[in-house]
Amino acid sequence: MALVLNEEQQLLKDSAEGFFGEKAPVSQLRQLRDDQDDNCFSKPLWGEMAEMGFSGILVSEEHGGVDFGMVGASVVAEAMGKNLSASPFHASSIVSASIIALGGNDQQKGQMLPAIAAGEMLVTLAVDEQGLHNPEGSSLKAEASEGGYKLTGLKTFVQEGGTADKIIVLARTSGEAGDKDGLSLFVVDRRAGGLIVDQTVMTDSRGWAKMTFEGVQVDADALLGEEGGAMAALDPALDKARIVLAAEMLGMAQECLDVTVAYLKERKQFGVLIGTFQGLQHRAAELFSEIEVTRSVVLKASQMADMGGDVSWFASLAKAKACKTVELATNEAIQMHGGIGMTDEFDFGFFIKRARVVQALYGDYGYHADRFANRSGY
Amino acid sequence: MSDLDLFQKETRKWLEANCPASMRTPAKGEDDICWGGRNFVFQSEDQKVWLQRMGAKGWTVPTWPAEYGGGGLSRDEAKILASEMKRIKARSPLVSFGIWMLGPALLKFGNHEQKLEHLPKIARGEIRWCQGYSEPNAGSDLAALATKADDKGDHYILNGQKVWTSYADKADWIFCLIRTDFSVSKHNGISFILFDMETEGVEAKPIKLISGNSPFCETFFTDVKAFKTNLVGEVNNGWTIAKYLLTHERSGIGDMGTMVPLSALAREKLGTPDGQLGNQMLRHEIVEHEIDAAGFMFTLERAKDEARAGGEMGAFSSMLKYYGTELNKSRHELIVKVNGSDAFEWEGQFSNNGEIARNWLRTKGNSIEGGTTEVQLNIISKRILGLPV
Repeated sequence: MALVLNEEQQLLKDSAEGFFGEKAPVSQLRQLRDDQDDNCFSKPLWGEMAEMGFSGILVSEEHGGVDFGMVGASVVAEAMGKNLSASPFHASSIVSASIIALGGNDQQKGQMLPAIAAGEMLVTLAVDEQGLHNPEGSSLKAEASEGGYKLTGLKTFVQEGGTADKIIVLARTSGEAGDKDGLSLFVVDRRAGGLIVDQTVMTDSRGWAKMTFEGVQVDADALLGEEGGAMAALDPALDKARIVLAAEMLGMAQECLDVTVAYLKERKQFGVLIGTFQGLQHRAAELFSEIEVTRSVVLKASQMADMGGDVSWFASLAKAKACKTVELATNEAIQMHGGIGMTDEFDFGFFIKRARVVQALYGDYGYHADRFANRSGY
Repeated sequence: MSDLDLFQKETRKWLEANCPASMRTPAKGEDDICWGGRNFVFQSEDQKVWLQRMGAKGWTVPTWPAEYGGGGLSRDEAKILASEMKRIKARSPLVSFGIWMLGPALLKFGNHEQKLEHLPKIARGEIRWCQGYSEPNAGSDLAALATKADDKGDHYILNGQKVWTSYADKADWIFCLIRTDFSVSKHNGISFILFDMETEGVEAKPIKLISGNSPFCETFFTDVKAFKTNLVGEVNNGWTIAKYLLTHERSGIGDMGTMVPLSALAREKLGTPDGQLGNQMLRHEIVEHEIDAAGFMFTLERAKDEARAGGEMGAFSSMLKYYGTELNKSRHELIVKVNGSDAFEWEGQFSNNGEIARNWLRTKGNSIEGGTTEVQLNIISKRILGLPV
């Protein structure tokens, strides 16, 4: 397969860039923040995204989705990254849809996937318990109780945790924190008794939550996949999620470069355009190069994910590289803009504050560099 | 079965039958590379046979037209040939500046007679070429070159000096930039000409490098006669050809960036207790490098696929040259670190006469030759990002 977008994917890219540029530019996120909007995204926008098919981008046609695959999902995420468009796309349509498709039984798929694709049901994943991503380190406990399970413990850094209808929770049915085995996935209603959801205001002004499970009782059919076998669905679903996050970071980095280059062509100091200074030209050219390399790994990883099989090497490569590049891009964009880059009035603050959050989500650079090395045999 | 499937099947069969076993092992160093030319000493009969067989099919230059000695393959067929060769770990039968630099320029700018004269000899490895570009006062500012050409009717008389002429002492012919007009702006008085290195008045002196090797020469021209039939393109339009050729040189140099195995060497030297390299600090450096190296590999793949889909690579080759050569430098720094003090042996059997150190030192030139890293960044900023001059 050629490492380029095919015609259909190129059309999708053009339409996604047009759509988000018009319907959900950075100014929308700014407005949501200033309004202290509880949803942290625009519901009308989400409705239109559903009409465009974006909410069902990874969902099979059988379950009402458009099944555009991972290259398609990455192309859409890149456009969202460019515009910092806020929506439950990643939480519901990427992570949760992937877990359900991989690990759910027919009934769970039938109940949730069409509703996710239609944008009518929001589902999210609660995986981490501490600041650094570590699924195996989960200790939230699921004990057998009343023919079902009782969940007790804490989760943090849950995307759209305040608005999700259902939460897929990673819980320990046996073993100790640190064991890869003994982890199970449960689908829990956000309004379940004993579940306390604390919306958390984070740097990126998006919808995050911490969750306290105080003996939340669920039925046996809340179990998603095999008891003790969470990783079978979680690992590959997280890899898809990581690739799509890498695409979002690619979009952010590209936008930082584009806006910065435009600024270098209009800002004058010492009587000349600052873009004539080699000290800035070379930094821009280096950033361009890093972004191109990132573009290659994101596309490669997305294509490999569409071909199926274990893509952990590719996913960690893409996430690690994109983390580095977006960190560079956001820092350079502020520095090359000078004082104006530090003002809230200018948009770069939104980019750097979103970028670092996405860098941390589902494994930062260090997590994925280490995993890449392990998968490479060293 | 589609045409491409059939081609793949036949190619596999032909390679199985025609690629000698000893040519299915990786080249260990410079000595294993076949450069061809009048004076080339083959390392083995297998090396010679492999070149002859591939040359006869035109598969040393798979996509060149068959009438000029090429394989006449489509880009898709050439991709299949490359992957089939990779499958059996076949060595490249011929490496030459004629193939990856002069050939593409001649195909684009040369006339029919020039193509007929020179391309088949490149394809068969009969003539080895060198490049006469840089001069003592024309390095990064290449267009300042001053090798003087006096018009004598059907020929020119050349006087001047080139420097950093790769393998000028081993080459049979040179493609050379000369100044045919001193009265116009520097870019508009340059021409591109070909002549035999055995012509009277040509002298090549090797330059010893920090690696101890001498891949480059100083080349002197004293009243050298060069015929106008070998002037490529229009008179005074040589800069256009020079720039075109440099983009090929650059993507070629960038291409070499990821060749030397690093992580396998690190596993062998540092061990992998608990499945990870025994030295955590080096592991950290190596993985950071390997992430970029993998990213660069996929960027080369993407650039080739994009070129296949839509034409010339253009200024993007500057990005590949910059990134690939910087990667190659950092890769060799890591190879030195992984070997520790063993890396600094300069002579003797154990180190194959200081191979690690010499290769490491040689890479320092990667980001200078073919346009420095700084020149590539200038090109990216001006031609891709459109930043003002």
